Amino acid sequence: MRAWMGVAVLMAGPAFAESFTIVPGPEAEAALQEALILAAPGDEVVLAPGIYQITGQLSLAGEDVTLRGAGIAASVLSFKGQTSGAEGLIVTGNGAILKDFAVEDTKGDAIKSKGVDGFAVIRVRAEWTGGPKAENGSYGFYPVQSSNVLLDGVVAIGASDAGIYVGQSRQIIVRNARAEFNVAGLEIENCYYADVYGNTLTNNTGGILIFDLPDLPQQGGHDIRVFSNRSTGNNTDNFAPEGNIVGLVPAGTGMLIMANADVEVFDNDFSDNRTTNMIITSYVNETEDEAYNKAPRRISVHGNRFGISGTDPADSDFGNILREIFGVPVPDIVWDGVVPIWRWFTIGMADADQFGVHDNEHASAVPYGNADFVGYFGLTWLHSVGQDMAEHSADLAPLPPVQVIIRGRDVSHEGAWSELSK
Amino acid sequence: MRVLVFLALLAGPALAEVSSATILAQRPPKTLAEFGFFGDPGANAPVVGVVPYTLNSPLFSDYAEKDRFIYTPEPAPAVATGALDFPVGAAIIKTFRYGARKMETRVLLHQAAGWKGYAYLWNDEGTEAKLALAGADLSLETEHGTIAYHVPNANQCKACHIGPDKAMVPIGPKLRNLNRAAQLADLVAAGVIGALPQEVPLVPDYRDESLADERRARAYLDINCGHCHAPGLPADTSGLFLNWEEQNPLRLGVNKRPVAAGKGSSHLQFDVVPGDPEASILLFRMSTLDPGAMMPEIGRSTIDAEGAALIRTWIAGLEE
Repeated sequence: MRAWMGVAVLMAGPAFAESFTIVPGPEAEAALQEALILAAPGDEVVLAPGIYQITGQLSLAGEDVTLRGAGIAASVLSFKGQTSGAEGLIVTGNGAILKDFAVEDTKGDAIKSKGVDGFAVIRVRAEWTGGPKAENGSYGFYPVQSSNVLLDGVVAIGASDAGIYVGQSRQIIVRNARAEFNVAGLEIENCYYADVYGNTLTNNTGGILIFDLPDLPQQGGHDIRVFSNRSTGNNTDNFAPEGNIVGLVPAGTGMLIMANADVEVFDNDFSDNRTTNMIITSYVNETEDEAYNKAPRRISVHGNRFGISGTDPADSDFGNILREIFGVPVPDIVWDGVVPIWRWFTIGMADADQFGVHDNEHASAVPYGNADFVGYFGLTWLHSVGQDMAEHSADLAPLPPVQVIIRGRDVSHEGAWSELSK
Repeated sequence: MRVLVFLALLAGPALAEVSSATILAQRPPKTLAEFGFFGDPGANAPVVGVVPYTLNSPLFSDYAEKDRFIYTPEPAPAVATGALDFPVGAAIIKTFRYGARKMETRVLLHQAAGWKGYAYLWNDEGTEAKLALAGADLSLETEHGTIAYHVPNANQCKACHIGPDKAMVPIGPKLRNLNRAAQLADLVAAGVIGALPQEVPLVPDYRDESLADERRARAYLDINCGHCHAPGLPADTSGLFLNWEEQNPLRLGVNKRPVAAGKGSSHLQFDVVPGDPEASILLFRMSTLDPGAMMPEIGRSTIDAEGAALIRTWIAGLEE
């Protein structure tokens, strides 16, 4: 008998991960936070269906812990009454898996990971339920300084900055997501190696932003693939608090690439974005950061379908400049035309930085425009708008697919998440 | 007979001396008393070896007063920069109180696997403090109004007490912040720290109005912000570094644009605008109670009016 019990205890040990089930109720917040603290590697914290009222900040610091609910609409963490905490859930433990629940109405960001290696978010919703408002929290999904990040099938609604934002990270996949009524639908900032595909961005101010900013621990963003996404009808007025870089995005922007290197954009659908389908621009502010390159480099845009757009540029700084330079419709693809002044006078963009823009379908009669900001803002008597896409005819090699490894598994392929918890 | 002696040892003198075994145990004890740091149930009388200390500039914690103690089996080397490296077996103890009303006592324990932090919540009578793994929320009336006092959970301890390698670390006991009057000499004599270096750095008390605004402001920012806003630490994603060592004005926020501040920017363009405190995000974030915008993110539920006034004066005096 004793021997049998010994065997049973052994089997119940490391071989079987523990599962903590949380049910809604007045004790739920404390029970959930305690479970997140006590969970050991491999353990699961399970949210039974229902609405959970959370007033503080939840945090997960342990390694290889899974937090899962019963579905994106079934298990809801509501932060409507939140009184403390800069985000709903902060994750600092490696190998975290979050899936099948929702986070609503946080005062700050909804879900953030900081410094995490291995972060999977599967079918999770982050939403501000009162519609787009400046008082909403900034980011829905906010992995920063993390690596091996997988966001799959997430839904982000109402963020006053970016619904889905990955910053200063590397090895990233964002796929099958939906982002609506955010200022930025999906933003990749100061990142290395990201695959962004199969996402639907609609009713945001701007659909997809690929940015690089100065004065940060990780900068020089590069190797970003953006493919098979739909970025359509992103015409919500910009409701970001001023002072934020996304504040510059004019309502009606399908995609904005700023100061990144090596971005490949292919097989996407852009349409019904009232300012323009795509802007490729240098960093717009002054900076004294000598290590920083303000210019976009090696941008490859091919095989995309551009529907009607640019018919009514937003009444904003950027939108009005585009209207003044181009009239309507604004071209499908706008380049700011900024190069160092001596190059502007002579041979133009350096060979090593050249873009390749070709083989796209355009419904508009004006597929491309060079806004010549150097002339527009400086040498006004020499300002001249270009419309010849052939100035971007570099033959750029395709970028390789991104590999993301979480808990030792390669989860780069579709459906990989279903294996994750096994 | 032996059993009796053993029981007597357990029940009696254990309270009068620090229990190293408890500091090093994998699981924290249920009550603060089990550590044996204090000779009385109210934790007012530290036993021999538990040494009180104070900091020049304290972290603002909703106007709570703090009593700090350290216990260490061996002196920590007196290094000039960074937190002192106390050996395994050391414990740092801090009681938060409003006058005689004790709220909690936090302990940082140095175990073989690294530092661990726990909070012990006092009963209303102030006679027993019990482990509060998941933290606690309390409300109390003070001379500064109603304070929504938050006892951090074990994860939240690490939100601040974290080093570049994600390990838990002490923050306060740095030579530069302990350097006041005879305190360092006393700590050497008590065996808490080793022989002092020739030059001992000093971060002044930011409340000392005889000092220049710049020094006071930098001391305030160092202790209140620098444990996150420094290279390799949690808030370095912002590129805003407020630790004492930082010298680059841009890194200190002067004419620096926010990165991912969201509504923390409050429609302002720069962290610090010389000569214009009202246009400075830094001051705004100290002066709001919106959880989505306030700084620090945790550890306060009220505004540090005096601290904000100091930062306002400093920014107003910066040359445009």
